[in-house]
Amino acid sequence: MTMAKARAKARHWSHDVHAVLKKADVRQVAYVPDGGLARLINLCNADKKMHSVVLTTEEEGVAQMAGAWLGGQRGVFLTQSGGVGNCINMLSIIQECRIPLLAMVSMRGQWGEAFPWQVPMGQATTAALQAANVIVQPVDRAEEVAETVEAAARMAYDGHRAVAVIVSQRITNSGRRG
Amino acid sequence: MAARKTKPAAVTLERRKAVTRILSRRGDAAVVTGIGNAVHDVASCGDDARNMYLAGIMGGASMVAFGVALAQPKRRVLVITGDGELLAGIGSLATIGVEKPKNLAIVVLDNQAYGATGNQLTHTAAGVDLVGIAAASGFADPALITDAAGLEAAMADIYDRPGPYFAVLKVKTVTGSRLDVPRDGTYVSRRFRAAMTGREG
Repeated sequence: MTMAKARAKARHWSHDVHAVLKKADVRQVAYVPDGGLARLINLCNADKKMHSVVLTTEEEGVAQMAGAWLGGQRGVFLTQSGGVGNCINMLSIIQECRIPLLAMVSMRGQWGEAFPWQVPMGQATTAALQAANVIVQPVDRAEEVAETVEAAARMAYDGHRAVAVIVSQRITNSGRRG
Repeated sequence: MAARKTKPAAVTLERRKAVTRILSRRGDAAVVTGIGNAVHDVASCGDDARNMYLAGIMGGASMVAFGVALAQPKRRVLVITGDGELLAGIGSLATIGVEKPKNLAIVVLDNQAYGATGNQLTHTAAGVDLVGIAAASGFADPALITDAAGLEAAMADIYDRPGPYFAVLKVKTVTGSRLDVPRDGTYVSRRFRAAMTGREG
């Protein structure tokens, strides 16, 4: 086990992801509140160097991320899988303008979901993102979330690509009760 | 019983003339257009690297401009869009009303119709009140501008008043000519970003 992995085991992965985002100079955080990403959202909200914005619906976040890059800042977009479908048309600007996009998607309707209404969009999430030309990087171990976000950030900001880290329901432990 | 409709005042503003007047004193402002005729209205005032022509993502103009405004806090960021485009992303007004970016101004050219697809009526034609929605969302004193004198009176506010500023201009459905506006997103976006940041890449 590497040092980083041992450290990740000792504390919640959200702290390491927050550190990765800081190191990447992420200044804008756009999100719709979500249980699976709640700790990360709280860390970003408490960070005075990050401007966190609560959205009414997820596509607003895609548009804001485009604006952040157009204005010279980096951002991260946080959403639950249920919100991915809302973003499809807005992702046109990311693809047509080849704007870097870093997204984190916390899964529902995937691993042991007990709530039936989460399943349709959860099962369509990866296909929907790929249909909109977003590169999907799944992670299903807590100790690998931060390094996956770090790799995705590099590919997004330096490689000028849209990359979504898909955080498994196995990690977030959401949706165990119907 | 249905409320009796009061006869609306005759609309006198022409959108292209109004946009020409607004942009005549843009200074270093960034301009983000909504999809449709707003693209051509802004381009008719002269193509500019600080124009981000959004020829898609209906409903996204205000939030793109919001992201720019956060990243460029010293620069006025102006949205010029139509009523149909704004209605498609109406929740953005709530988000921006909560965030209150001081340097963002939204100007809606309200012709009460989807001008790009054959002038089908929008909800504003049936009385949906965008100024009221903006006020209820946290915009301070949003303006309803119905004539040239009203536009003159609002010019200083559009650029100088602490934002978020919001105004609806009631305009005729008549449109100006369509122009050869740069449409390649990679070109327009990189040109815009370089103008914002002063650096390439």
